[in-house]
Amino acid sequence: MQVYADNAATTKISSHALQAMMPCFEKFYGNPSSLHTAGQEAKEVLEDARARVAACLGCEPREIIFTSGGSEADNQAIISAAYYGARKGKKHIISTAFEHHAVLHTLNRLEKEGFEVTLLDVKNGHNVTAEQVRDAIREDTCLVTCMYANNEIGSVLPVAQIGTVCKAAGVPFHTDAVQAAGHLHIDVKAQNIDLLSLSGHKFHGPKGVGALYVRRGFPLTNVIEGGAQERGKRAGTENLPAICGMAAALEDACAHMEENNAKVTAMRDRLIEGLSKIPHCALNGDPVNRLPGNVSFCFEGIEGEALLLLLDMKGICASSGSACTSGSLDPSHVLLAIGRVHDVAHGSLRLSLSHCNTDEEVDHILAEVPQVVQTLRDMSPVWRDLQKGEREYIL
Amino acid sequence: MALYSEIVMDHFTHPRNVGVIEDADGVGQVGNAKCGDIMKIYLKIEKDIIVDVKFETFGCGSAIASSSMATEMIKGKPISEALQLTNKAVAEALDGLPAHKLHCSVLAEEAIKSALKDYYDRNGIAYDKSQFPDCDNCVHCHG
Ligand SMILES: Cc1ncc(COP(=O)(O)O)c(C=O)c1O
Repeated sequence: MQVYADNAATTKISSHALQAMMPCFEKFYGNPSSLHTAGQEAKEVLEDARARVAACLGCEPREIIFTSGGSEADNQAIISAAYYGARKGKKHIISTAFEHHAVLHTLNRLEKEGFEVTLLDVKNGHNVTAEQVRDAIREDTCLVTCMYANNEIGSVLPVAQIGTVCKAAGVPFHTDAVQAAGHLHIDVKAQNIDLLSLSGHKFHGPKGVGALYVRRGFPLTNVIEGGAQERGKRAGTENLPAICGMAAALEDACAHMEENNAKVTAMRDRLIEGLSKIPHCALNGDPVNRLPGNVSFCFEGIEGEALLLLLDMKGICASSGSACTSGSLDPSHVLLAIGRVHDVAHGSLRLSLSHCNTDEEVDHILAEVPQVVQTLRDMSPVWRDLQKGEREYIL
Repeated sequence: MALYSEIVMDHFTHPRNVGVIEDADGVGQVGNAKCGDIMKIYLKIEKDIIVDVKFETFGCGSAIASSSMATEMIKGKPISEALQLTNKAVAEALDGLPAHKLHCSVLAEEAIKSALKDYYDRNGIAYDKSQFPDCDNCVHCHG
């Protein structure tokens, strides 16, 4: 049995999205910037897609900029807010310790340019609070950037409350909603969001396309210079097939959000309950405010890459935050940020579900994971020491 | 292309010589849990010949495969030969390792040397210290 349980990494494109893309290759292949009929037809299709994306977020079409993906949207949102702040003498940015690298590495770059960054810690081990944001805001804060939901551990942040805090303080608020769009209800106006990033391939749309919502009037800085596409804020001939596929996928995901979430949450909870029975393991992330599809555990005494390879041989595609899977010496910064020590952070497993998964697949995972964990523990000197009492259990 | 060679996958999924020797003549352990890999080697030695060897490994696929291959390469061999085993030879026998996994083969070499050193120490046999790496300070880990 083949089980794809890595939907937080990327998803299978839906036939709905694929169908929406095809006419852009075959019929609407004109350049939306061209004056002729073919160009103007393509332009209409582009603007139609923009209106659909806007409707899903509760904003106006002109507030949507299409990008090459979540990373670019994150880069542009943060750089824009930082440079806008700097023009007013404000060079302090607030974010969290468990953001995606698209955010953290952009912040690193801004630090080198003289900005000061405060990363909120994940104190209770699974989430940040709006109070933490409020307490960190200063006179010179030019941006709060907090993700909507965490890609590794599934915690859903109190975005609306953070939005309220930011609005009261007059500080722009960006959220990386790459894991949330199409899965959680978003209303940028009600939630007081000024900038929001999303990515097509996390909700059964195509890869290499994303969108940035920018509240009307907020000054953007270009990350890509060139032609006057996207109202001069993002150069490059629009990837119309991908944009249409993303718009269709987002519409579809938002239209079926309740039923999809009911199904996915039930499968998630069954997995969490079943895997919790494995001795000396711990659930990562917020147990209550959690992405519908996210299951994340640390297992003591084993290493995550070996776990993934054995699961792959059983037909299960999953992911891990171990150092060996990241190609670096340290395990995932997210697991370290929530207080997992290195020893157990190496033994992490993330299963991320979508509505394409089935109950039979969940049964298969529940049958295989405990066995694979045991196989690896049986050859682990760490596990032997733990069992003999020569090392203390952490989990 | 797969991440690992067929030989690595074979040794990872069917590791040779996994286990413990309770009355081992030499035991060596290198690496630490913080870095994500630990190898422990148990040796049974008779008349300077490694008559049995077992390992336990906490680590990634290539760490387990490297331990398995290294134990195969020294089993039944005289100590003098086992001391000559290099990480390069282990990696080659595995039909290569990805560059960022080469430290796994280094760990295997160090684990065997550490077990042999333990055997010498237990039996009061004199040896050339420079032949043995300082395994409290393994190169691959700065944790
Ligand atoms: C939270 C988060 N932000 C940003 C990204 C980057 O998105 P993209 O791959 O579209 O650049 C991802 C996807 O990996 C993500 O999960």
